[in-house]
Amino acid sequence: MSGISEQSAKPAAHPVSDAVGWAWGMLGDVLDGPFRALQKHIGANKMAYVFLLPNLLVFGLFSFWPMILNFYIAFTGGQSVILAERPFVGLGNFRELLDCPSYLDPKTCPVAGFSFWTGIWNTLFFAVVQVPIMVVVALVTAIILNRDIRGRGFWRAVYFYPVMLSPVVVAVIWDWILKRRGILNALLEDATNGWNSLITTRPFAVASVFLIGFFAGHLFLKVLPARLKPLYETQFKPLMLAAGLAVVTAVMMLQGSSFSFDWLALPDYRPVNWLIDTRSGWPMFWVIFVYTWAHLGFYMLILLAGLQAIPKDLYEAAEMDGTPKSRAFWRITLPLLMPTMIVVLVLSLIRAFQVFDEVYVLTGGGPGQATKMIIQHVYESAFIGDAKRYGIAAASSVLVAGILLILTLIQLTATRKKAGG
Amino acid sequence: MITTTDVSSFLTRRRSPHGWHWTDWLSYAYLAVGVLLVLLPIFWMFMSSIKSPRALVENDPRLLPYEQLTIPAADGSRQLGVFIWTKPDGSKADVAFVGPRGANARVYELANPSEIIEVPRTALARKDIIQPRFENYTDPTIGSTQSRTFNFLRYFWNSTFVTVVATLLTLVVNAMAAFALSKYKFRGRDAMVIVIVSTLLIPPTVILVPLFMTVSKLGMLNSLWGVIIPAIATPTGVFLLRQYMLTIPDELLEAARMDGASEWKIFWRIMLPLSLPALSVLAILSVMWRWNDFMWPLIVLTQSEVFTLQLGLSTFKGELNDNMHYLLAMTVLTLLPVTLVFVFLQKHITTGIANTGLK
Repeated sequence: MSGISEQSAKPAAHPVSDAVGWAWGMLGDVLDGPFRALQKHIGANKMAYVFLLPNLLVFGLFSFWPMILNFYIAFTGGQSVILAERPFVGLGNFRELLDCPSYLDPKTCPVAGFSFWTGIWNTLFFAVVQVPIMVVVALVTAIILNRDIRGRGFWRAVYFYPVMLSPVVVAVIWDWILKRRGILNALLEDATNGWNSLITTRPFAVASVFLIGFFAGHLFLKVLPARLKPLYETQFKPLMLAAGLAVVTAVMMLQGSSFSFDWLALPDYRPVNWLIDTRSGWPMFWVIFVYTWAHLGFYMLILLAGLQAIPKDLYEAAEMDGTPKSRAFWRITLPLLMPTMIVVLVLSLIRAFQVFDEVYVLTGGGPGQATKMIIQHVYESAFIGDAKRYGIAAASSVLVAGILLILTLIQLTATRKKAGG
Repeated sequence: MITTTDVSSFLTRRRSPHGWHWTDWLSYAYLAVGVLLVLLPIFWMFMSSIKSPRALVENDPRLLPYEQLTIPAADGSRQLGVFIWTKPDGSKADVAFVGPRGANARVYELANPSEIIEVPRTALARKDIIQPRFENYTDPTIGSTQSRTFNFLRYFWNSTFVTVVATLLTLVVNAMAAFALSKYKFRGRDAMVIVIVSTLLIPPTVILVPLFMTVSKLGMLNSLWGVIIPAIATPTGVFLLRQYMLTIPDELLEAARMDGASEWKIFWRIMLPLSLPALSVLAILSVMWRWNDFMWPLIVLTQSEVFTLQLGLSTFKGELNDNMHYLLAMTVLTLLPVTLVFVFLQKHITTGIANTGLK
């Protein structure tokens, strides 16, 4: 890597990059010998196959062959890694995954099916909740950044930064925050206690009465008959009403009135075990939150690029025609952004369906099975525990691949439309 | 009531020349909240990583690395904690805690070490000082700690090796293929392009088992090469480079051929330098992929000598809770290289990713 990127810095400016460039060139010259000999042998045009060879070798060995192998393994049982030693079991693995009285209730399935369907439903829930939230937040952020914002590069960089972090780092950061005795619980406890002591103070009561009076005064203005309005507006401004009420409250309290806002008090804060609490939805909530936190910047960036590709003169023309801004948004921005939106939507859906790293390190799929995703099921069937059920894992992969294939085809169609339009 | 029209007009309104519209304030407020949400967790982790193990176990919510002041006991056998004693008359004095006695504590005033007195424990408050613990960083890296469970340097070396070698191979192998597919005419070329791009349809997560078996058959389990090799041919890489190489004029190659340059030399000396913009985008992506890669190393590497940083961290996180100070410090060290790269190449990275739509 160092060779390429340092070369890219600036040509002939730096002794280090010069040296790297020289070494890089030398390496090419050394390799030139055998390639030249080969070229003499097969001719210049056939060299294309030579250039393709390493790539195709790796593709074939580590993409195509495994894909075909996957189907075969899905029909075999046993625990051996050696193909010849794996007995053929026909549809046995699929039966174990799909033989459920009710897919909605994984408990009715065989063991493997239970794990599979738990993963499927969790992943589905995760994707259906996470993707719309992330896309909407990313869109709003991108639109705001596309305004005439100062320091756009800074904001964009900060929002993108979590994308650069590894899933493990992200999980450690949030695990540290979400521990039962972590900072989030401490902050919430402080906030609760602070609020509860604030509302008992007199200045708080007086200020609240003032604010309530102010808004009530405005509301009163709205419902007042038109005939009485001038009188009210000149004689009793809302501000006056508010101030009057506040003074009365203050005097009352000084006289020893028991008037207070104590009823606003929150119950004492009890720390929540955010990632472990089994009876609440918090673990899934935080899994969604953390995943969105980590990936939002990427989609924001894509949407921002899409927004900036919309020609400015369209807006200028609309403005000349007196088109309201809101109409321009619905009629120009959104339709022209649609192709990008669809790409973002499908891409995030495909990614969400394959979620593993962050969740696995953050919760390990727990508590119980509450955040166990489908890829974790595949991983654990094959690689965790004493019984290595490669067949079950492969059969599950085939089913997941079917879902992903459909999503990817949608994305490719959308991308082509985008390229065409 | 807020209508969709309000929202959309708010979002699209621009700063007027006459100063700030209220929507500007709201925009900046939104952005500022988002920035806090992004940076505060990382900042909190960093601040926690220089705290003492005790402060971490106690979950001290204060931002700064406070630690109780201690002084050596008179006989030098142990450290005594220092407290602030509020005397019955309201004045305060620093005392060293010698031991408990019932509800009281035996202490002596620092000003008068020879006289041990008994005071109610409720009158004592810890005397904290700010004491950053850089040992959290140095112990697992350069220090000779007794329990080097987290072999940072080894993991760091493994991660660096994987990242650098894999990225170099990725660049060369994909550039070669892209060169062949963009600058030669041969039978089956278009079919080849389709085949390579269609591997995009095979998400790595659904071929884990057969890939594992292939890698194991090739004897690459628990070897860094088992992590590096399977992913060096990426369809995104070929696609990206080919699109770029198509824009390089063929006349350049023809001229070189006239001068007797071999095809390899044309590739190495002309195509690669000219494709630097596309290569650097791919290099950045590859470095990101490899440094942060977790799932595939998790499957291939099971012995801790070959762990990458990510594996080391996740294992360390799962194992123990009393070494939180090391875990947090090592997490900071893991995110540091990526952060530095990002700070210096920020513009390059964001525009590169925005243009390609890849991650």
